[in-house]
Amino acid sequence: MNLILFIFIVLLGFTSYYFGRRKAYTIQSTNKRLTALPQFYGYYLAIWCAIPAFIIFSLWAIFEPTIVKLLILSDYSNQGYLDDELNLIYEKTKALSRGQFTGEITPFIEASAEKYLSLRSIAQSSKAVIVLSIIIASGAYAYKKISSNSRTREPVEKFLKVVLFTASLAAILTTVGIVFSLIFQTIDFFKVIPLFDFVFGTHWYPAKAFVRDSSEALDPTMYSDTFGAVPIFAGTFFIAFIAMCVAIPIGLMSGIYLAEYASVKVRQYAKPLIEILAGIPTVVYGFFAALTVGPFLKEIGNSMGLDVSAESALAAGGVMGIMIIPFISSLSDDVITSVPQSLRDGSYAMGATKSETIKKVIFPAALPGIVGSILLGVSRAIGETMIVVMASGLAANLTLNPLESTSTITAQIVVILIGDQAFGDPKTQAAFALGMSLFLVTLCLNIVALRVVKKYREKYE
Amino acid sequence: MNKNKEQLLNKRYKAEKRFRLYGQSAIFMALLFLTIFIFKIFSTGYSAFQKTWLIVPVTFDAELMMLEQNPSKEDLKDADYYDIALKSMADLDPNANEDQENELKRMVSYFFEREIKRELLNDPSLIGKTKDVYLTASDDLDQVFKGNYPRDLPEDQRRVTDYQLKIFDQLVELGKVESKFNLSFFTYPDSREAELAGIASSFMGSIFSILVCLMIAFPVAVLAAIYLEEFAPKNRFTDFIEVNINNLAAVPSIVFGLLGLGILLAVFQLPRSTPLVGGITLSLMTLPTIIIACRASLKAVPPSIREAALAMGASKMQTTMHHTVPLSMPGTLSGTIIGLAQALGETAPLILIGMVAFVNTIPGSPLDPAASLPVQIYIWAESAERGFVEKVSACIMVLLGFLIIMNLFAQIIRHKFEKKWS
Repeated sequence: MNLILFIFIVLLGFTSYYFGRRKAYTIQSTNKRLTALPQFYGYYLAIWCAIPAFIIFSLWAIFEPTIVKLLILSDYSNQGYLDDELNLIYEKTKALSRGQFTGEITPFIEASAEKYLSLRSIAQSSKAVIVLSIIIASGAYAYKKISSNSRTREPVEKFLKVVLFTASLAAILTTVGIVFSLIFQTIDFFKVIPLFDFVFGTHWYPAKAFVRDSSEALDPTMYSDTFGAVPIFAGTFFIAFIAMCVAIPIGLMSGIYLAEYASVKVRQYAKPLIEILAGIPTVVYGFFAALTVGPFLKEIGNSMGLDVSAESALAAGGVMGIMIIPFISSLSDDVITSVPQSLRDGSYAMGATKSETIKKVIFPAALPGIVGSILLGVSRAIGETMIVVMASGLAANLTLNPLESTSTITAQIVVILIGDQAFGDPKTQAAFALGMSLFLVTLCLNIVALRVVKKYREKYE
Repeated sequence: MNKNKEQLLNKRYKAEKRFRLYGQSAIFMALLFLTIFIFKIFSTGYSAFQKTWLIVPVTFDAELMMLEQNPSKEDLKDADYYDIALKSMADLDPNANEDQENELKRMVSYFFEREIKRELLNDPSLIGKTKDVYLTASDDLDQVFKGNYPRDLPEDQRRVTDYQLKIFDQLVELGKVESKFNLSFFTYPDSREAELAGIASSFMGSIFSILVCLMIAFPVAVLAAIYLEEFAPKNRFTDFIEVNINNLAAVPSIVFGLLGLGILLAVFQLPRSTPLVGGITLSLMTLPTIIIACRASLKAVPPSIREAALAMGASKMQTTMHHTVPLSMPGTLSGTIIGLAQALGETAPLILIGMVAFVNTIPGSPLDPAASLPVQIYIWAESAERGFVEKVSACIMVLLGFLIIMNLFAQIIRHKFEKKWS
């Protein structure tokens, strides 16, 4: 039904375009001057026919289920049901009306199912009637307008501009969506677990917070010493540190080499090849780290008499570093190339060698941009998920030994949320709280990095 | 004095050489990692494109299949194939006792019944006759035949028994073991058995997610980019939108997964584990990438084009829609393809919205539960069985193949169709 109505609206929009255009030609044939090109008459009519009806149609489709549910459940109000029970009743009603209900049928539910069906059919028919009458009304209005040869291009263009503007709000909406999806669960989490325990606690053991029923969920004593995030935060920064130890020297040196030394030919081939590293999906790196690097490090460690875990922080961090190399190399390459040639020439004129020029003149000049690129790399390392999930451990150890396994924010989110999850359970909320802290940390890093890079660019432009 | 100067100069030249060497070795290291990486994936993965078959004589005994005289097509479909399947495996060793018969049965996949049935349905005249039928070998024997299985381990540490190996070796000597191209890897859905697992289900899941992502992200991003580049007034609100876009481009992907879970699944009650939700989540992620690419290519259209159109009496909207936007399309399209390639390789957000569920059917629409290629890699990589290791690498090769094709396509569009303004 919805689909038929939708297709009808779309088809009507297209046909009304041709009607509008033909109307314009008839006006033209009476030797009257048109106010705009004929297709604008078509657009005008099509927009008026389809858009108001479409807006009403979508609003209806969004709110109909909620209103029907309210009407059905109003029969059960004042009977002391809990929210969960009311939801269950509604689900049963829906299942029964579709004939898919298998449980025990009580007269109450049967009555609601009948009511549900009648409400739905009333809603369907009234929706069709309302949408059709809106189409007729707005279409007639627009047809009268174009018949009187009034302006059509300006309203059409204004409408297009509104559409463009609305699309540009998508970015803001996404950010708002992220904040909303995180904040409610996070607040609920901190109602049960004190913020202090989360930020300074040193024991992370969410599996202990297994809740059997909702009455238990609100007992805070159960969770003492389960949600201390220090080991997680420490592990995150530790693995990011290892990654940067690999990525900064290699990335920076290859950036410098590509920008200052490499011949056109080398640059032409080496740059895209290094950038391939950035295009490889992270799950592939994770597999590589878990299958090849981890066991390899373990073997080397064992031959040196060291106790190396197969899921060591070193393996995950090292592979993550390889992944980040191209980010740092291409950004610092860009930054170094945009240092003005006059600085180099001045330095060479004073008799400095190329490397001295790079170290003493170009590097300090490019430093803000390089710092920016490194910060972006750090933010990537902190937010990286699959490598850690696959190659590092999932138990949260508080350790600074790169040969042991540690866990990170992202890995813990995946561990908690993989499979089925119950909203309202502190364990699930903990994942959202971790997500919130991840979002905030990377947001700060990104803002600082983008600002630094932007300032730097402006300096030499 | 002079000697001192020379020494100093030499030192400086040496430092210069050293610095140069550091740069070269950094590039060498990066390329070395890439080579090791690709070599490792190919060397473990190429064998997954071959599959080992056992050629077993099967007697289509009408009595054992519970078939009447002159059975119809329907009867053949409903017949009981399990007994003849078991019997043909047991007949490989006439002296086998009951335990050994069980081991013999486990030398082939549990599809062996179906494979025998297919043979008979293709040629109903086989009833009462004996024919050599190709049966999929179990994944352990498959690995043995490919030489990936350590045969010298003590028996209790292997999943293949000495007895199975003995029979298998006899079959090899008789030429009854054959390796053929593994078509089922591409046509079968996921399975718990490595020898039967294929990428069809996750491949379709990926395709559906990417289509949903394209249909949402592309129009919204292009419209947003047009507004920001051509119409937006320079004010604080526009700046705010820009800051948002730049930040979103750098938000970790897993946060988008939390968004999908907390809003799309919990608030809008969209169906879990489906490519629809996955596609919407991915589209939010690729939105900033496409916006940035589209804005860059709009910016690259020289102002003279706009001025010429305006001078001919076109309105601002006509100038944009008829001239600027079509000229910017090559850049936008290649940016879109690169964004989609990123989305295709994304794993973490899809795991959070439940696309890791075990799916052993091929999804027919974006509303059916599905996995995606990267998630399939994750699922298989977490399985303990040896047979999955080569499958993971093969799946990676397929995924990388797609990414390479998409990136090449983006390059071609960029170089072939983009106008050079100079």
